[in-house]
Amino acid sequence: MGIKWDKFFITGDPLILGSQIAILLTMIGIVALVTYLKKWKWLWREWFTTVDHKRIGIMYILMGVLMFFRGGVDGLLMKAQTATADGKLLDAQHYNEVFTTHGVIMILFMAMPLLIGIMNVIIPLQIGARDVAFPQLNALSFWLTFSGAMLFNISFVIGGSPDAGWTAYFPLAGKEFTPGIGNNFYAVAIQIAGIGTLMTGINFIVTVLKMRVKGMTLMKMPMFTWTSFITSIIIVASFPILTVALALMTFDRIFGTHFFTLGGGGLDMMWVNLFWLWGHPEVYIVVLPAFGMFSEVISTFSRKMLFGYKSMVFSIVGIAFLSMLVWVHHFFTMGAGPAVNSIFSITTMMIAIPTGVKIFNWLFTMRKGRIQFTTAMLWALAFVPCFIIGGTTGVMLAMGAADYQYHNSLFLVAHFHYVLIPGVVFAVFAGLYYWWPKMFGHMLNEKLGKLHFWFFVIGFNMTFLPMFFLGLDGAVRRSYTYSAETGFGPLMLVSAIGAGILAIGFGFLCYNIYWSARYADRNISSDPWDARTLEWATASPAPFYNFAKLPEVKSLDAFWYMKKNNDGLELRENEIKEIHMPSNSGLPIIMAIVFGIAGFFLIFEWKIAALVAALGIIAGLIVRSFDYNDGFHVPVDEIKATEKAWRKVDKEVKDHVS
Amino acid sequence: MSANLNTALPLEYQTEQNRMNILGFWIFLGAEIILFATLFATYSVLSTRFAGGPTQNDLFEIKGVMTETILLLTSSFTCGLAIYEMHRGNKKGLLTWMIITLLLGAGFVGLEINEFITYVHEGATMQTSAFLSSFFVLLGTHGLHVSMGIGWAVMVMIQIVKRGLTPVTARKAFIIGLYWHFLDVVWIFIFTFVYLKGMVS
Amino acid sequence: MFKKNYLVPLAAILPVLLLSGCDMNMVVFDPQGPVAREILDLINWSLVFMLLVVVVVFGLFGYIVWKYRATSKNKDYEPPEEHGSTKLEIIWTFIPILIVIALTIPTIKTIYKLEKVPEGYENKKPITINVTSADWKWIFSYPEQGIETVNYVNIPADTPINFKLTSAGTMQSFWVPALGGQKYTMAKMETQMYLVADHPGEYIGRNTNFNGKGYAGMEFTVEAKSPQAFAKWVKDVKSKAPKLTEKSYINLLKPSNLGRETFSNTHLAWVNHADMNAKIYTFPELYRNHDYPGQIFKDPDNHTNEKTEGKSMDMNNMDMSGKSNGGEHSGH
Ligand code: HEM
Ligand SMILES: [Cu+2]
Repeated sequence: MGIKWDKFFITGDPLILGSQIAILLTMIGIVALVTYLKKWKWLWREWFTTVDHKRIGIMYILMGVLMFFRGGVDGLLMKAQTATADGKLLDAQHYNEVFTTHGVIMILFMAMPLLIGIMNVIIPLQIGARDVAFPQLNALSFWLTFSGAMLFNISFVIGGSPDAGWTAYFPLAGKEFTPGIGNNFYAVAIQIAGIGTLMTGINFIVTVLKMRVKGMTLMKMPMFTWTSFITSIIIVASFPILTVALALMTFDRIFGTHFFTLGGGGLDMMWVNLFWLWGHPEVYIVVLPAFGMFSEVISTFSRKMLFGYKSMVFSIVGIAFLSMLVWVHHFFTMGAGPAVNSIFSITTMMIAIPTGVKIFNWLFTMRKGRIQFTTAMLWALAFVPCFIIGGTTGVMLAMGAADYQYHNSLFLVAHFHYVLIPGVVFAVFAGLYYWWPKMFGHMLNEKLGKLHFWFFVIGFNMTFLPMFFLGLDGAVRRSYTYSAETGFGPLMLVSAIGAGILAIGFGFLCYNIYWSARYADRNISSDPWDARTLEWATASPAPFYNFAKLPEVKSLDAFWYMKKNNDGLELRENEIKEIHMPSNSGLPIIMAIVFGIAGFFLIFEWKIAALVAALGIIAGLIVRSFDYNDGFHVPVDEIKATEKAWRKVDKEVKDHVS
Repeated sequence: MSANLNTALPLEYQTEQNRMNILGFWIFLGAEIILFATLFATYSVLSTRFAGGPTQNDLFEIKGVMTETILLLTSSFTCGLAIYEMHRGNKKGLLTWMIITLLLGAGFVGLEINEFITYVHEGATMQTSAFLSSFFVLLGTHGLHVSMGIGWAVMVMIQIVKRGLTPVTARKAFIIGLYWHFLDVVWIFIFTFVYLKGMVS
Repeated sequence: MFKKNYLVPLAAILPVLLLSGCDMNMVVFDPQGPVAREILDLINWSLVFMLLVVVVVFGLFGYIVWKYRATSKNKDYEPPEEHGSTKLEIIWTFIPILIVIALTIPTIKTIYKLEKVPEGYENKKPITINVTSADWKWIFSYPEQGIETVNYVNIPADTPINFKLTSAGTMQSFWVPALGGQKYTMAKMETQMYLVADHPGEYIGRNTNFNGKGYAGMEFTVEAKSPQAFAKWVKDVKSKAPKLTEKSYINLLKPSNLGRETFSNTHLAWVNHADMNAKIYTFPELYRNHDYPGQIFKDPDNHTNEKTEGKSMDMNNMDMSGKSNGGEHSGH
């Protein structure tokens, strides 16, 4: 099959042409800038080849914010198109591509990287480890996720975007109804990122099980560690299903098999089942770490330990377990029969029970506390009422018979945005404001943070609250237009304006990051929030070896205990020993690039080229197998110098305050 | 980390990093179980959708499949012997049994490829019907795993030859062993639920 | 500052929402038949509990946040160390359990009820209508009357209708919110649902499951008529409407948004798409877009195989490049 160059780039649409030019200019600009600043070597040495969990985490976060921007533009385009009846901004095809990429990017390339990024930075610090269990694998995970995301993102300028929805239901997503390669991007790009995520899951399970410091029993782990641990287990249990589903989709689309197709005995319902067998656990994969972050933030800023720690742990385990047993609620309307629908209605509603336990525990953590309204805490506070709306409507959707009226309407869209945005995005924001000093050694500006908060929260409610009513009035999801007679106009307009306000809020975040990077005070305490967990027991930003001397845990909220009892905070000279650290490696990024190239060829259905590129992957594995680099030792003098420097600043700041 | 040898334990468990690698691999096998379970589920749903194409009864022949099974089961046994020799510190024994294992494995892969070619010649390709799609992908995935396992084991054997039995090489060999037994178990399921069940019905 | 900022915009949004929410008379809250009414009862029941949850939690939240906020006065207040309270935790595990039970029982009852002819209509003989969804239109066949309509369906009021749903291609969802909930239509599969319209009237129905370019325009109207008017309409159609042929039917199945059409026979004579072994009618070439063209595979059971009798047929040569006619709204 010859290459059809005329079809290679998407042409004929001014919006896309504009983006193509913008992308090209940006890339030239970045390359020129890095070259001008002579930073290539630095980038390669310090970032591209790093295996340091903190740096990998920061790269995940950077990627998540960028993807938030891309997905957000998609969202704004949709809102602009449907702001008025019979909108003319986008045509049907374009709209379909936009909501498809919006969904995929927001879940897989925004929410997941941001959460996994924060997990990466924080978990090893919280459990007093020097890194994750498999640092090189961790780098590979990141670069694979990144590679998949980039592959997915180029689709709208090269080759064509997927356009069958983020759920990609068959037969629509098969070659019989979408013969272009757009949906190949879906099948292959997500696959690559998904493999990375699966590796992350394995990595974090082992890290948490094997690398906790002395004294930190499972029931003394911080809540964020607990939720991330359980999330990793759900990842390992559910991502292989996605791997298989996407592989079968790839076979159907590129090799002509009949798994889900209309012809040849394929079964479209099989896709729906496999997709949601992964898809529902996935929503809990993103929400559980977020719950953990809220737990940390609420407890820190109420200056109280978490209320009902044990029941919190039981409820996450319960949620994780139930999350595997509810997938059918996404298609009550498939006609599977009343018994099936009844059973899945019950299992779904049962999830509300542990969730409710968590909400009350958070509330009672605040009771009798002393609540400080920092930006991080504001996000956690706004989360509670917003998530309640999401959760209660979730229970309404869980009632099979009632769902017949809500399904696929804007009511459903409102529900999942009311759980995902407060549950994940608010949490990530809370986490970023809270842990920013830990990552960068300076705070985010609180004033800008509050502007960010108010615009975002008000915009969010204004965007999605009307959708409940629209849905109950018969407005369906994914429809690029509606006529004026429907009467949806006014609420749709309110919703679109809300989206604009929300976008301004996001703008404030970006500005805040920029402003704080330039102007924020660098002389801050290593523990600016008077926090409770171990990540604050070392410098901010943490040195690459994390802890000069590994702390010993005696109770829950270990660092709080250390501070209260002045136990283990001082570092004596003779306690400093050499530290063994893993060496950097270029292999992960190279392998991810090869993966990306192989994926690209496969997407374009150039099968031989893809096979050749895939041999590159195997070559990478072989190189890795023969790699016996065992890391290096940090000399005592270097550690001493580092520790002295930050402890001096820390002391000054603390003396100054008191 | 690697400096702390606990010599009371078997070679492959002596360092903390080794213990983590082995635990990580067990978890990876957990993920593999889910992967194969999904493929089995797919097969069992689609296994009666012939779309006018051939059925299990038209295709399967017990003789070839039996040979494949015997080869793979034996290889699992010899693989166990290899690890046993490793624990006795017998490098030569380990390598010998490993080579036998891989030869048996290669024989299995060869027979399987041969079986596939026969089917394709009979007009049963993976594009023919949903049944055949799921059949080829389930077995192909397993076969690919076995082939990758052979390649990987060769790499590890080269390292053992070059470096001798160290905690690191011992761990690698041990992990290969786990992987090999796992693939054997998967094959038992394939043999039972695909071949035997297909030929009985 | 905290308080003021919050209240102003909220005060501005709420009335807008409430007003528009109320005078919209949302269709789900305005049922026109026993099925929709049954579901609405369930929804209302759940709303009571959900409102209760919202009020309690919001109240508790507001109270706690206000009462325990940090002020300059309580600077030296050191919060107590509190591990939890078994009693409280048991309480807030059990109350949700009770709520879930209270919601589960009517849910299951309703799920089972909706499978049957609505209460009070058991003695009326239902009319069967076969619904076939195609890209992007609705085809209604009346096997008993021997007529077929496209994009509208006339039914006798006060009579149970037995809708048998299937699809000629993509998966879709059949929803007439005024009359009842929705159900998917899937090729080679039949789903089923009863609907009743209390009284004559016109209701909007549509597809809710995204299925490509013409999805937004995939609407139809349900016209409930008095039994006499319905009988008369059937008679008119039988005598006046044109006949559908297999060839024109294939054209009908090609992707397009259409207006209303009426025929005096049904396509069930040559194909029932719900049949597991039905021929399939797909036209991949007609779905080409601006994206890079991928390979299209032959379907072994495609209807086009018949005409070419064994000769392999290269879809790429089958020039149907006449622009796909989806996307535009071709109202009715
Ligand atoms: C109280 C807990 C919850 C319950 C009972 C619940 C229930 C449901 C039900 C029944 C549906 C399917 C509705 C339909 O398709 O008609 C649904 C959809 C959805 N839910 Fe939830 N949910 C809960 C919490 C969550 C959480 C925590 C998240 C994510 C963080 C979430 C994300 C979603 C998403 C993304 C969808 C729609 C996916 C799609 O169709 O594209 N839900 N939920
Ligand atoms: Cu779900």
